[in-house]
Amino acid sequence: MSARVPWGLVAFVAALFVPALGSRFYTFLATDVVIWALFATSLNLLVGYTGLVSFGHAAYFGVGAYATGILMKKLGVSFLLAWPAAGVFAGACAVVFGFFCVRLSRIYFAMLTLAFAQIVWAICFKWNELTGGEQGMPEIPYPDFGWIERLGGRLPLLGGWRTAEYYYFLTLVLVAACVWALHRIVTSPFGRMLTTIRENAERAEFIGVNVRRSELVAFVLAGTFAGLAGGLFGIFNRGVFPDFAYWTKSSEVLIMTLLGGMGTFYGPSIGALVLILLNQQIVSYTEYWPLVLGTILVALLFGFPGGIAGAVGAFSGRLLRKVRSA
Amino acid sequence: MLEVRDLAKSFDGFQAVAGVSLDAPRGSIGAIIGPNGAGKTTLFNLITGHLRPDRGRVTLNGRDVTGVAPHDLCRLGVGRSFQRTNIFPRLTVFENVQAAFLSHRGRGWNLVTPVERLYRAEALALLESIGLADRTDEVAGALSHGGQKQLELGLALALEPEILLLDEPTAGMSATETREAIRLIERIARERGLTLLFTEHDMEVVFSIAQRITVLHQGRVIAAGAPDEVRRDEAVRRVYLGERH
Repeated sequence: MSARVPWGLVAFVAALFVPALGSRFYTFLATDVVIWALFATSLNLLVGYTGLVSFGHAAYFGVGAYATGILMKKLGVSFLLAWPAAGVFAGACAVVFGFFCVRLSRIYFAMLTLAFAQIVWAICFKWNELTGGEQGMPEIPYPDFGWIERLGGRLPLLGGWRTAEYYYFLTLVLVAACVWALHRIVTSPFGRMLTTIRENAERAEFIGVNVRRSELVAFVLAGTFAGLAGGLFGIFNRGVFPDFAYWTKSSEVLIMTLLGGMGTFYGPSIGALVLILLNQQIVSYTEYWPLVLGTILVALLFGFPGGIAGAVGAFSGRLLRKVRSA
Repeated sequence: MLEVRDLAKSFDGFQAVAGVSLDAPRGSIGAIIGPNGAGKTTLFNLITGHLRPDRGRVTLNGRDVTGVAPHDLCRLGVGRSFQRTNIFPRLTVFENVQAAFLSHRGRGWNLVTPVERLYRAEALALLESIGLADRTDEVAGALSHGGQKQLELGLALALEPEILLLDEPTAGMSATETREAIRLIERIARERGLTLLFTEHDMEVVFSIAQRITVLHQGRVIAAGAPDEVRRDEAVRRVYLGERH
């Protein structure tokens, strides 16, 4: 019966109450987690559902962040247009890069995604006029929340928050909508076709699946949603920098996906939550965070190949059987 | 309905298939036999578009389908099963067959409809007819070898083929499993009026159901015809039957 609980909705409602705890730091952490959860979930469309391991997913995150950042800061475009633009630009990049990547298989696919991501990073790093180069682009403005303030005077609960808190609510709602859309996609016939490609691409072709084109569509969708996550992150971070597209960001999001469990839809979100909280905790004790991270990963890959969500699922399944048989 | 003319393919100078011609008339049951390395699987891969032939032609109902990609060919009515069992191991039995229905009926690009209820009745009816009705919710990879072969046949049938190419449908099966599998294949071919073309190691199977037999040796056809003719053929006795008996 556990599968019937709408976990996504439960998590969304719970997350709505984070700012009510009254700590700016918690709200800050929660915004970080929510955005990374979308980023990791978008990657999982490729890794977990289609069986394509991308080492360069940060490219689309970076493109999205720059698109929204440049439009809002330099051109004064409203968030209402600048945020969807992140998805459009990142998706367009994914069309071009994906066209080449899906022609290769496995390790070559992974290396080519990495190569394209490094190209994006290099462009962000060098193109001073557009991206601010090495210095990045600080002081991206927040969206305008004045209208809520004016409305809030008349409605209870709506007014009286700080800008960062309004931004958290906005982020939460937009990410929830994106995650809902991704959930629709993976439970659609197209999503089922992607899993057949993951399981056995040769056979998939012989039930009539156009493998390459399906992979490309998955690649573009994943890139688009990563771009939307990037657009939100640039504003949250109060600036966009070249390292958004750097390979370390790609590996971070891949680790989240593996840590949480790529076999389940919400696994990567759990991975984002756990990794960010762990990072916060451990960094205050030791400077050897990467060492701790590496140890966790090794333990995970050997002990719980299904990630946290996989382990919890197996454990609760065993518990349920025990309860029933008792 | 299927005609193969002078099909050839070589790999790095090795002539795997060297000018093979054969016919599979509508409703016929044909077998391709030959010793290991005779080119049977390569021939299948050429017919189904997995490999591009160096020369030669494949026509289906008078239409040239040489080198047509597999995902297009199966829309034209060619179903295929593989020598190594070829299913989607971590999907359930039901999901395997349902995926084949979805793809074949052109629903594979639908990104919004929940998938669970689509083609449920069709998939269950098909699983019933291939004898897997009581295993629908099992993970396909957990089925026995024979069960996986049955499921593979189900995947091919979901595409409503007119002609079915089976590459060693009883490979790795016990004697009992082989008999059951053959009975199943024969019954389904009859019920659906399928044209059948298969490769097979087991001579008993071949001579019990095939109406036409084509014998391959070193990439060439050395004999073709009804079972009795082939059985009496001198060349066949020498290169093939002689080796085994």
